[in-house]
Amino acid sequence: MVRPITPFLWVLFSAGGTIAALLFPVHLFLSGLAFPLGWLEAPSYDFLHGLIKHPVTRLYLFVLIALPLFHWAHRFRYTLYDVLQLKHLSGLIAVLCYGAALAGSATVAYTVWNIP
Amino acid sequence: MPPTVTLAVTRYRPEQESEPALQNYEVPFRKDWVVLDALNYIKDRLDGSLSFRWSCRMGVCGSCGMMVNGSPKLTCAAFLSDYFPGPIHVEPLQYFPVVRDLVVDITDFMRKLKKVKPWIIRKEEKPLAEGEYLQTPDQLDTYKQFSMCINCLLCYSACPIYGLEPSFIGPAAIALAQRYNMDSRDEAARERLEILSEHDGNWQCTFVGECTKVCPKNVDPAGAIQQYKLTGAAHWFKSLLLPWGTK
Amino acid sequence: MSAEVHYTPYHPKWYRRRVSVWWWLQKGSYTTFVLRELTSVFVAFFALVFLWQLRALVQGQEAYAHFLVRLRTPLFLTVNSVALLFVLFHAITWFNLAPKAMVVRVRGRRVPDWIIAGLNYLAWLFLSGAVAWILLRG
Repeated sequence: MVRPITPFLWVLFSAGGTIAALLFPVHLFLSGLAFPLGWLEAPSYDFLHGLIKHPVTRLYLFVLIALPLFHWAHRFRYTLYDVLQLKHLSGLIAVLCYGAALAGSATVAYTVWNIP
Repeated sequence: MPPTVTLAVTRYRPEQESEPALQNYEVPFRKDWVVLDALNYIKDRLDGSLSFRWSCRMGVCGSCGMMVNGSPKLTCAAFLSDYFPGPIHVEPLQYFPVVRDLVVDITDFMRKLKKVKPWIIRKEEKPLAEGEYLQTPDQLDTYKQFSMCINCLLCYSACPIYGLEPSFIGPAAIALAQRYNMDSRDEAARERLEILSEHDGNWQCTFVGECTKVCPKNVDPAGAIQQYKLTGAAHWFKSLLLPWGTK
Repeated sequence: MSAEVHYTPYHPKWYRRRVSVWWWLQKGSYTTFVLRELTSVFVAFFALVFLWQLRALVQGQEAYAHFLVRLRTPLFLTVNSVALLFVLFHAITWFNLAPKAMVVRVRGRRVPDWIIAGLNYLAWLFLSGAVAWILLRG
């Protein structure tokens, strides 16, 4: 069953892209613009702190951050191949991209696991 | 003075030059003429040494593909009036090695096409006495679009991935593989999966989408490829989780 | 494919043009494609900002207040605005292209692309509304 892992990486890319497409605009709009600029009332610290304790929220946060990182890794890797024509560094690029995504996902997992 | 239009044609004569050169020709402008008519005028009246491929002149043979003003087109379907007042740049199909003038070598594609086994494969053929394989209109509908391919290679010229990585199997080959994979009479989807899942197969595509844009027969190779990504991924998971059920 | 071949009448030297590193600037649709691919950088950027927010939230009220101050700086507001534009571009191109991969056949006929895309947009609207509702309650 030695088979290329590319289909699996593509599924991660697709899942991450779908999560990013469906959820990032609203989160980015609220956290990045509406709340800091005061257009809408930001949730209080206590409210958010209570919200993230819930196991469903923890899972949501993990999926929300980890999968889009893999989306980036896969897409950016191919962008480097095609736009910058760095195909000769393909091994290094793959390791750096997916490695970074793994590191990010591990950090999220650790943070989410250890919410007091 | 009847109107004329200038055709700026890329010439390449390996016996006398190492790089392509531009040559301008003044051609009569007729509303009903296509670029192919202009090229034939040049060959008949102005410069018999111009080399180019063409055949049916009606968009079904796929022979006359060339770059017209930077876009891959069938020259039998590119009207001079769309490019008036010109000049109209005619170059050989992009991303293929140029043999001479506007003639490119397509051996690479022919090899790839053969690799995907574009014919009906059955584990056991039905004997003639049992009659023909039956297929409903709905079954035909699933692959009909992909069967419209005329192998004109405009999609390869439009695909930057093919340009950057010539080993990429390419849009038309994958679309034709899909045409047979989805044919209800065919039983070789697994065989083609092995071929398309190779390093330079299906997965190199990053869905630029240009192939579908330039296809003169609305084959939608980009769609075929994306559908195949889903099929390939589903198969990957199935073989991982249920290895016994995939043979 | 042969390497260097000199001209002979029976095998002329083929000409192969090398693809320019600026190939993606030569056509509008190519440039749009590259911009679409670069949206992934802003997706990663926001994922990391979100991670930062989460860690600040966990570390305590002071850390979180510090995070909010940083988010209000002109630098972050500008970058976040640009990121939002790219993320929106990602979302729109993603939903418009989804029907190409998701072919659904109902009673032998293929469901039209605009319906699949439309369903994606509806899901987007619904989920955005749900998230906004939850966050605006506190």
